[in-house]
Amino acid sequence: MLNELSVLVDITAIVLFILTLRGLSSAATSERGNIFGIIAMSLLILFCLGRDGLIIALRDHNITSVLMLSQTKVVLYYIATIIALISGGAIGYIIAKKINMTSLPQLVAAFHSLVGLSAVCIAVAVFCSPAAFGGSGTGLNGLSIAAAIEMSLGAAVGAVTFTGSVVAFGKLHGIISGKPLSFKWQHKINAALGLIIVIAIILFSLAQTPQMLSIIILTSLALGYLLIMPIGGADMPVIVSMLNSYSGWAAAGIGFTLNNNVLIIIGALVGTSGAILSQIMCKGMNRSLINVILGGVGGETALAQGSSKDHGNVKLCSTEDAAFIIGNAGSVIVVPGYGMAVAQAQHAIKEMSDILKAKDISVRYAIHPVAGRMPGHMNVLLAEANIPYEDVLEIDEINHEFARTDVVLVVGANDITNPAAKNDPTSPIYGMPILDVEKAKTVLFVKRSLASGYAGIDNTLFYQSNTMMVLGDAKKVCEGILRELK
Amino acid sequence: MFNPESLIIFILACFVGYYVVLKVTPALHAPLMSVTNAISSVIIVVAIYAATETTFVVAYRASTSWLGIIAVFLTAINIVGGFMLTRRMLAMFAKKKKEGDK
Repeated sequence: MLNELSVLVDITAIVLFILTLRGLSSAATSERGNIFGIIAMSLLILFCLGRDGLIIALRDHNITSVLMLSQTKVVLYYIATIIALISGGAIGYIIAKKINMTSLPQLVAAFHSLVGLSAVCIAVAVFCSPAAFGGSGTGLNGLSIAAAIEMSLGAAVGAVTFTGSVVAFGKLHGIISGKPLSFKWQHKINAALGLIIVIAIILFSLAQTPQMLSIIILTSLALGYLLIMPIGGADMPVIVSMLNSYSGWAAAGIGFTLNNNVLIIIGALVGTSGAILSQIMCKGMNRSLINVILGGVGGETALAQGSSKDHGNVKLCSTEDAAFIIGNAGSVIVVPGYGMAVAQAQHAIKEMSDILKAKDISVRYAIHPVAGRMPGHMNVLLAEANIPYEDVLEIDEINHEFARTDVVLVVGANDITNPAAKNDPTSPIYGMPILDVEKAKTVLFVKRSLASGYAGIDNTLFYQSNTMMVLGDAKKVCEGILRELK
Repeated sequence: MFNPESLIIFILACFVGYYVVLKVTPALHAPLMSVTNAISSVIIVVAIYAATETTFVVAYRASTSWLGIIAVFLTAINIVGGFMLTRRMLAMFAKKKKEGDK
């Protein structure tokens, strides 16, 4: 009876979780999908909390015998669990309510680190009492070889996710330098750590000692740190998606250990989701995942290459002139980038586009897949500023429109507009799909200074005859243009 | 114990995940990340089990329960935080949609 009920709950939850992801195929169905997810999760949690009571009630065919539970010493743990559940939930609620949308990428990274850490906690918990989790014995070799391998894999992936996400959080939040930090023998050390983890997992499966488990976890923690440390800020979209994927695999690992189908299925869903996102992000940069993980893009070679070239003059333009040019255009495309997010310029841009639309000037937005610091980062910020959904277009939808556009306003983006990706085979970003902004009649490039982008690559767009640079903070410039337009 | 059925389920779930996520519109990739983050915290069920399991009192170790409780706390932050954040983001997209219809 309990088994049948448990299967029913599991199936319902799995179907609802799949519908949650399916709902995200359009903005119209996405909110309903999210509610499905909340229902599924609540169902699983409530069933799990009530399970002990159900077991006893079903065994004795008597609801009141549930009260017998209170005579065991487990009550303390029940109370502690419920306190943990409520306090954790409250903290999560407050964080999600208070957070500024600009800090979204680092928040997601922080959330990933929690999944990683809890996977480690659970793996150790299983290790401490194997008998409670279907293990045969009570001693140190309580788990079967397969379960021990699965559990230690879950712990290792969880630990890598944990430290990796903490580093990613630090980089996104500006606590740790966003610059790629390469160190000597970086790849050899990482490979050696990986090898140590594999050997330790094999040894652990044969003799389940706490020492071996500690070696697995500590080495994985170190590996997570060293893997993400050398990766530059603009590669973060790939890294955040990759860590998203890892958190799923860690859950699946725990699911395999315990033969829990819900965990296996959800882990697989989340794992593939993250993997697809990282693949999309990699395509957006024309790099392989391996290449991104190996890190160190933006090293000295790229810098030297950029500065040695002489491209000629850069035309500067004041905000008044920029406002005049925009005000007299027939069509405008805004290309937002990370600079817009940092400066919080999206609200000024929205106001500006309202004025332009009132003057019958078409305003649209072109989103590059890797603009910003996480997948969909720009879309969220534009949505926050109430910019209509249908004005925001992906690279494939809008790229052919640039040639027919009067003015392109690039706000805080750089490498994703660099024509060198198309016509300079020596450029480090050669082959990366870019927005064809250079084809527009006029390009207004809002930028803080003439320094190069993250990759340390000079943007040849700056020197084009139809490009005018508007130097200054993205928000201040947009507000300046706005004032002139009014 | 190794259960070959688990592997079958896992592989099939990967395929389901692949085709479902492929359909997600790029504009909603950020909510996708936050919602998958919330649902990967489904490991909370194991955490609750570890924290409260009653049937193994003989082989019982306090560390298992306390580790479970820590994991419950961490995953609860994630679940509520992840779903609420997704809701907040989706509400912004929905608002836009309605205004666009006008």
